[in-house]
Amino acid sequence: MLVLARKKGESIMIGDDIEVKIVGVEGDLIRLGITAPKSIKVYRSEVFESIQLENKQALNVSASFMEKIKKNNKNY
Amino acid sequence: MKINTKFLGSVEIQEDEIIFFEQGIPGFPNQQKYVLLSLGKDLPFLVLQSVTESSLGFIVADPFIINPAYSFELTDTEKSELNIFKTDDVLTYVIVSVKEPFEESTMNLLAPIVININSRKAKQIVLQDNEKYPLHYPIQHMKGSVV
Repeated sequence: MLVLARKKGESIMIGDDIEVKIVGVEGDLIRLGITAPKSIKVYRSEVFESIQLENKQALNVSASFMEKIKKNNKNY
Repeated sequence: MKINTKFLGSVEIQEDEIIFFEQGIPGFPNQQKYVLLSLGKDLPFLVLQSVTESSLGFIVADPFIINPAYSFELTDTEKSELNIFKTDDVLTYVIVSVKEPFEESTMNLLAPIVININSRKAKQIVLQDNEKYPLHYPIQHMKGSVV
């Protein structure tokens, strides 16, 4: 991992077209401004982790419960 | 070929029904081959079932039935990964987290599953606009709008 020190207002480039700028520093909260092409997805890493977790939790359904839903299929 | 499924026992499937997730599904990167199986024609749910791992069966639903305004844009990268050239190529499902009682179930509108019905390539994509379409969208919203 590359570690760089940056001050407020400074930025780094990732490749030719992704810029990450330090917009503000307030205590332990750092605000980043990210400029990237539309084809690059930018999201907090917790988002991907939360989706992995959600997928795992979605598997917690028993075959017998789905049977019950099929039988009580009046509202759905 | 015959596969073992989570909800439907042993099921006969055709090779050309297999949907290929090149990167797997988040949380399950090693399982790439799935099929969509009906749970019964009256139910607005399907099972996205792994071909090789019977315990890997996700309940999925058509998000547009629950939220007709649901819409998102694929990035160019996603389009080329899935060989998508036109809207007609695409089928979208969302994963349902089934809870007991059923009314408390939610669906994941943040990360829809996009399938190219022609190339059979698929991916669970992460939408950037995550305030409008949450990870836990209450399924209650669909009451009255189906059947």
